[in-house]
Amino acid sequence: MVIYGVALLSFCMLVGVYIGDILGDLIGVQANVGGVGVAMLLLLYLSNLSSRKFSLGDLTKKGIGFWSAMYIPIVVAMAAKQNVVAAISSGWMAIVAGVAAVVVSFAMIPVLAKIGSGSQQDD
Amino acid sequence: MIESLYAVLEKNALITAFLFVGVLVWFSYEISARLTRGQLHGSAIAITLGLVLAYFGGQVKGGTQGIADFSLLAGVGVMGGAMFRDFAIVATAFGADLSALRQAGVVGAISVVVGVVLSFTVGAIVAVSFGYTDPVSISTIGAGAATYIVGPVTGTALGADSGVIALSVAAGLTKSVLVMVGTPLIAPRIGLNNPHAALIYGGLMGTTSGVAGGLAATDPKLVPYGAMTATFYTGVGCLLAPSVLYLLVRAIF
Repeated sequence: MVIYGVALLSFCMLVGVYIGDILGDLIGVQANVGGVGVAMLLLLYLSNLSSRKFSLGDLTKKGIGFWSAMYIPIVVAMAAKQNVVAAISSGWMAIVAGVAAVVVSFAMIPVLAKIGSGSQQDD
Repeated sequence: MIESLYAVLEKNALITAFLFVGVLVWFSYEISARLTRGQLHGSAIAITLGLVLAYFGGQVKGGTQGIADFSLLAGVGVMGGAMFRDFAIVATAFGADLSALRQAGVVGAISVVVGVVLSFTVGAIVAVSFGYTDPVSISTIGAGAATYIVGPVTGTALGADSGVIALSVAAGLTKSVLVMVGTPLIAPRIGLNNPHAALIYGGLMGTTSGVAGGLAATDPKLVPYGAMTATFYTGVGCLLAPSVLYLLVRAIF
């Protein structure tokens, strides 16, 4: 049933976010640490469990696939609710700081990607 | 007649948002196909249009929720809020390449720490070059260049001036908007076309909304990898910025 997929997805997200909150508390920061990441790993783990225990039916997969397909529309809605005015109208310093951070971070991607893929071959 | 239509749309806000976003996405894909012959991805156009609408909404309504401040479109705020965003991000992991994600471990951790330190440093340098000299303000603005959550968390922890905290939020917002719009344009030049690069990208950029939007507009298949590492960024930022990084700034100034 479709709801099984949606429920499984909900279970993974709630558990992940809960663990992320606990992790944040443990290291003493007021933020969720990796909650969504944990949820993703949990979903991957549960959906890859061998068929001995349980396997996901096609309809169950559709329940997850629907939300995966809704990702882009949700991101479009997210873009439409951003506080763009605050970003643009707060003066040059904030804009320069934001832009510079992005430019430098973009530039680092190829550098780190090379290091990473080099070390993979050593493994 | 019109009033009762408004009432229906307002009462069913989330459904109205589905319709609104659906039309917006359709319109964007039409532009992509007809005016740019698919060169510019439809989702990139849709996200950019969303940001333009958000600007318009903010100008007209003076609120903080972009287009969602119009009562007719309040549902867009729910649909685009953190709850549905995270739910959809988790769903994208379904069908992701498990072995590619497993590699996230070391490279991902390095990229998150490098990303936080890098953005913080750049933000701090900008703050200094704009005339800030006290370590608390410099650190708060540096933290804001990480994400718009790390900024206020750091500023509050260090007791920064509320104006400086507002600036740090604005720096983070600028970053997330630019990542959304800029990623599809820069992706071919920086080799952002495989899961490995997406992991690093997520860790370096860190802004969940920016990464979510940027990868959606570049290649939706890469979303789970970038989102996986980005999800650790704000936490690591909140950990490092008010502590180690602040102490470093204080040692220099």
